[in-house]
Amino acid sequence: MPIVSGVQVELTQEEVGKAKQLLGRAPNDVEVGMMDIMWSEHCSYKSSRPVLKLLPTKGPRVIVGPGYDAGVVDIGDGLAVIFKVESHNHPSAIEPYNGAATGIGGIVRDILCMGARPVALLDPLRFGSMKSGHSRWLFQYVVKGIADYGNCIGVPTVAGEVEFDESFETNCLVNVVCVGVARVKDLKLAEMRKPGDILVLAGSSTGRDGIHGVTFASRTLTEMSEADRPAVQIGDPFLKKLVIEATLEAIKTGYVRGLKDLGGGGFTCASSEMAAKGKVGAELWLEKMRLRETGMTPFEMMLSESQERMLFVVNPKGLSRVLKVFEKWDLPYSVVGKVTPTHELVVTLNGKVVGHMKPEILADAPVIYRKAEKPSYVDELKRKPKPPMPRNLSDILYRLLAAPNIASKEWVYRQYDHEVGVRTMVKPGDSDAAVLRILEAPNKAIAVKADCNSRHCYFDPYNGHAGAVAEAARNVVAVGAEPLAIVDGCNFGNPEKPDVFWQFKEAVRGVADMCKALKTPCVGGNVSFYNEDDRTKKAVKPTAMVVMVGLIENLDWVTTMALKEAGDVIIAVGKTYPELGGSEYYYEIHSLEGGVAPKADGKREKASMNTVLQSIRKGHVTAAHDCSKGGLAVALALMAIKGGLGVNVDIEKIPAKKMRLDELLFSESYARFIITAREEDAKHIIKIARKNGAPAKMIGEVTKAEQYILNYKGKSIVKCSPRKMSEAWSQTIPVMMGVTCK
Amino acid sequence: MKVAVIQFPGSNCDLDTVHVLRRVLGIKADLIWHKFFDGSSYDAVILPGGFSYGDHLRSGVIAAHSPAMKNVKKMVDDGKPVLGICNGFQILVESELLPGALMQNDCLTFVCKWVALRAETNRTAFTSLIPRGEILHMPVAHHEGRYMIDEEGYRELCRNDQIVFRYVSEKGELTKESNPNGSMDNIAGICNKEGNVVGLMPHPERASEKTVNLYGTNDGLLVFESMFECIKTGRKMPCRSLAVCK
Repeated sequence: MPIVSGVQVELTQEEVGKAKQLLGRAPNDVEVGMMDIMWSEHCSYKSSRPVLKLLPTKGPRVIVGPGYDAGVVDIGDGLAVIFKVESHNHPSAIEPYNGAATGIGGIVRDILCMGARPVALLDPLRFGSMKSGHSRWLFQYVVKGIADYGNCIGVPTVAGEVEFDESFETNCLVNVVCVGVARVKDLKLAEMRKPGDILVLAGSSTGRDGIHGVTFASRTLTEMSEADRPAVQIGDPFLKKLVIEATLEAIKTGYVRGLKDLGGGGFTCASSEMAAKGKVGAELWLEKMRLRETGMTPFEMMLSESQERMLFVVNPKGLSRVLKVFEKWDLPYSVVGKVTPTHELVVTLNGKVVGHMKPEILADAPVIYRKAEKPSYVDELKRKPKPPMPRNLSDILYRLLAAPNIASKEWVYRQYDHEVGVRTMVKPGDSDAAVLRILEAPNKAIAVKADCNSRHCYFDPYNGHAGAVAEAARNVVAVGAEPLAIVDGCNFGNPEKPDVFWQFKEAVRGVADMCKALKTPCVGGNVSFYNEDDRTKKAVKPTAMVVMVGLIENLDWVTTMALKEAGDVIIAVGKTYPELGGSEYYYEIHSLEGGVAPKADGKREKASMNTVLQSIRKGHVTAAHDCSKGGLAVALALMAIKGGLGVNVDIEKIPAKKMRLDELLFSESYARFIITAREEDAKHIIKIARKNGAPAKMIGEVTKAEQYILNYKGKSIVKCSPRKMSEAWSQTIPVMMGVTCK
Repeated sequence: MKVAVIQFPGSNCDLDTVHVLRRVLGIKADLIWHKFFDGSSYDAVILPGGFSYGDHLRSGVIAAHSPAMKNVKKMVDDGKPVLGICNGFQILVESELLPGALMQNDCLTFVCKWVALRAETNRTAFTSLIPRGEILHMPVAHHEGRYMIDEEGYRELCRNDQIVFRYVSEKGELTKESNPNGSMDNIAGICNKEGNVVGLMPHPERASEKTVNLYGTNDGLLVFESMFECIKTGRKMPCRSLAVCK
């Protein structure tokens, strides 16, 4: 690593040269430190930017797209939904509790600085096998970190997903999503626009914690990474709660022109990005900064990532009004600079200039065009032979329900306050997506869900990630919502390796194509590279987490997955193909990593989704669930477990190509739903399906009997008890975590 | 008629409670920052849930020593209805307006779930409209909700009919499974001798509207309607020594 002005930097020799050229001189220690973090992968997206251009970002509902702290989507009635995903993988892998907690802290600030009240959190997580003690330790403390922070600040954690796979053993993925709601007219942008405006830094004081957090997140974890624990910030949810309330109250004064949180890159990132966006300059007075410890250097002040800090751009006319709000909330603050017309960022300490450059130099880091090369494993996996046909399919179903990736995640969401805010209509575990009513618009609700099947994505990054967009969309459709837009959180290995970069490119291409097909633009996201174990040289399975927001314009449309009444007709929508590559069935039952993963097809998805959504809106649907992990048999089982009812299904009627019975039951083909309807309504649904060109058939009925029966040619091939299925499904995780939570 | 909801730093169910009072029940409710609270202009006060002062030292203990609570004590002495929900209950216990203590849950984690409650007395300012033995559904969401009291105190509670809600099964039985936190005798809420001060761990404000209620009812609203009734009629809730201690 090069040393510039006495500072060891992560920048390459080439980038150092570029920096000198842009400045027209050699940078001093403060400047090179600022450039080092702003040009890091984490802050600059220097590897990913050229690829991310593929994503569709525009649409009639998009108010703010990528490039700001969060995406904003219009939901009518003068209201907007604001949402964003972030990763906190590196810190959580070293210090799971604080790593996860500060992840929540950061994402909440992103929503807040658009001027919106955060109303929900989601937390998609990935860990190594549950058999590993290290993974269970990470799992336990990541969940506790999210719970302790999220619960305290009063933002409900309403959904998420957890997958376990060996590739995440040392590099767990901790993605966090926050959703906010605001009136369109109250939205703020993180920009400095008017010279003369005052910069106020409010919240926590600035300490030495988190220095170089972003550069730490922009390299591979090594055995030495334990020594990087000081790069993990420590959160204070109580202070964050005060920051939230004080910020929202300060915005109400009408004198806050813009605001930005201090997250990765600290004061450097917040000030330079805001100045660059507004095409102005700024003076920063470091002697005014409130410091946590003595002897801090300008370098440390500019680079610190101390949590719970916000930078406000305030109209000088209303400065005292805004400061009064901070005083009411006992929130410390200081006036740390002002906006200037000069187009220069000038950092001073007691009047002496310690750093001086154009904000664009920091905000527009040089792009790197990485090489991509298809790894050989992709074709090798496809060639692996099929496993033998098992004898007892009932037994297999019980085992699949108990598989960690399918088993109930109640142990997780019991620890999250998912009710605070009185918006949660569909609770965690009760359906495919969480539903939150909009208090400002009494008959409206939004549905939110995060999805990605990392195994599918490993087998086929293009189709797997297109499938992730489709699954997220299906999930919000299943609760009665129209999919509106996504944000995506990319988690990959070392982008300098061509095979990893190939995965990334394919993933983005897949997300982009499905977004176009479903007309759900991508309004923001996050890229986390270097999720790779230095010792084993193995990267995590490619995981671009897709977070979908959907809109429900009539609360009567809200649908859940529990079977409702005996006598209801069960309808399978969408065709099943023999696609078991990356399936839970192959992995759990046959320990097989091989086969062909599901193909994603926008047309088929659209046909199935339209069928379900139109049927729900006509009032025909009593329960709906999408088919994903474990296939059709598991989807049906979960509906039976939730409803406490039985089913009697004729699997010959399932719309499918000819294939083996285990394939028919456990294939994870996309574009499929199971829905139920009262007998008299079922034929209407079939008609709607035909109009949309979706294969749909009545395959059986809901029964009172405590029996889950699948028949083939008049013979019961699966016969299970919903009570026993429920036991298998609900006990895995609490038992493995060694706790009994009621 | 005017009700105050006190906002401490770290309160997080304050807005939810005000929402239910104003928009569901349609009564005047003020959200009052703790520093500005003066009880004399209010007919009742609610201490909402949350993490006042970040639960530092012990849940509720710092708020219990705030000047606002001196005002609350005055309202208690005047016989005005005072309700503590979740963290509010913890504050009432810490300020000794209610007896006993709230300890860490027996499962050692935060627990958020819907529970069934049995109304044990209708002589309080917040349960006058709930028949004894009625089963209500509300969610709990807490880390420190395990109610404990010494033997003498427990006998006193029973003797004075001070147990307001108990966690029960759907059939109304006291079972271990239906107790989310290991509370003594499945206690979910209690009152003072006079019946004007009630504290409970479950959240009635989260169960007051059908749209967000897991059971599609509005059970929680009964708590606030009882308060409304009590203020309207000016009814006192005298201590009645009729409950039999087990």
